[in-house]
Amino acid sequence: MGIFNWLNDQLLKMKWLWDLVELLVEKVFGLSIESKVGGSVHFFIYDTIKIFILLSVLIYIISYIQSYFPPERTKKIIGRFKGIKGNILGALLGTITPFCSCSSIPIFIGFTSAGLPLGSTFSFLISSPMVDLASLMLLMSFFGAKIAISYVVVGVVLAVIGGSLIDKLHMEEYVEDYVWGVEDVNNESGEMTRKDRVYFARSQVRDIVGRVWPYILIGVGIGAAIHNWIPQTIIEKVLGQNNPFSVLIATIIGIPIYADIFGTIPIAEALVAKGVGIGTVLSFMMGVTTLSLPSMIMLSKVIKPKLLATFITIVTIGIIIIGYLFNALSFIFI
Amino acid sequence: MKIKILGTGCRKCNKLEENTKRAVAELGVDASIEKVEDIKKIVEYGVMSTPALVVDEEVKFSGRVPKVEEIKKHL
Repeated sequence: MGIFNWLNDQLLKMKWLWDLVELLVEKVFGLSIESKVGGSVHFFIYDTIKIFILLSVLIYIISYIQSYFPPERTKKIIGRFKGIKGNILGALLGTITPFCSCSSIPIFIGFTSAGLPLGSTFSFLISSPMVDLASLMLLMSFFGAKIAISYVVVGVVLAVIGGSLIDKLHMEEYVEDYVWGVEDVNNESGEMTRKDRVYFARSQVRDIVGRVWPYILIGVGIGAAIHNWIPQTIIEKVLGQNNPFSVLIATIIGIPIYADIFGTIPIAEALVAKGVGIGTVLSFMMGVTTLSLPSMIMLSKVIKPKLLATFITIVTIGIIIIGYLFNALSFIFI
Repeated sequence: MKIKILGTGCRKCNKLEENTKRAVAELGVDASIEKVEDIKKIVEYGVMSTPALVVDEEVKFSGRVPKVEEIKKHL
């Protein structure tokens, strides 16, 4: 257990980096990290470096694994299962299939034209941006294993239930007509060698770091501001445990925002430090990663408003329920 | 040889086009390169992650931008 804790502290939580940045801020900048400015500077430098290290390492590992599960293969696997099994598989494969909101349309058309039930496709579309190995490791690093694993489990459960509900509502007629007209082609070409996979993983790291770094800096900046400048009383009033609407507010703020988990985590971390309930923070994170304006605009090109609204409603209600559940059970996690 | 680059105009798609052009030039083969940006046409190739490379109507790979050396093998 001792070794495990040490590994967790040093590798995932990067205590060595925390100490190093503390040294830098106190000795080089001459600022006490107890002070507002010193604390913000420490938070900003430490979190930025930590997130970039985790981002690079995690994206590398995940991309390597993902190279075995291109969406074309995922489609074939899910297609073999019907009903709830299809939902579960869609949700699980969503966690390991590479995904960005830019690929949601081709994936939606591909899945639908292959005759996959709408529910399985939506299970995939819910879990894919919300849960993956990166979010698991990142949450472990910032909040510990219990919260990380719970996040993944409830995320997958939400994807399964959300997909099943959409299945039960039989909303096939609310898919844009042209989607049905697309011919289903199976394509699993180009086996990759180990070298190709390594190259793919490396280029994914370069590509994703290049794309998300501004979001991370903004996220860490907001986190630092929350951490040291916004009075605790205000945050507690809006998002604290005593405000019964805290989860609702956090979810609604989170939904339109477009960012991935790496940009969201520093804000979540600062909120937790300010006494915001863990459920409220998780709702915020799920809202940010799963639903966003750009992804809704994308989806509106393949599904009609009624189905889009149903999808958003189901996911939003699910996220809110998860938030209140975690808040009520937070004694288990802290 | 007819080469098609499938992609909705993302940065990676341009990179694939660039690498493919270099592969074609280095091999000295006679090939035409066409970009396909219409999402419906892309999906009709069975491709769900862009960019993808199609050579004489056969999909060679999708969802990544390989090195020039690997692209050469597909031409």
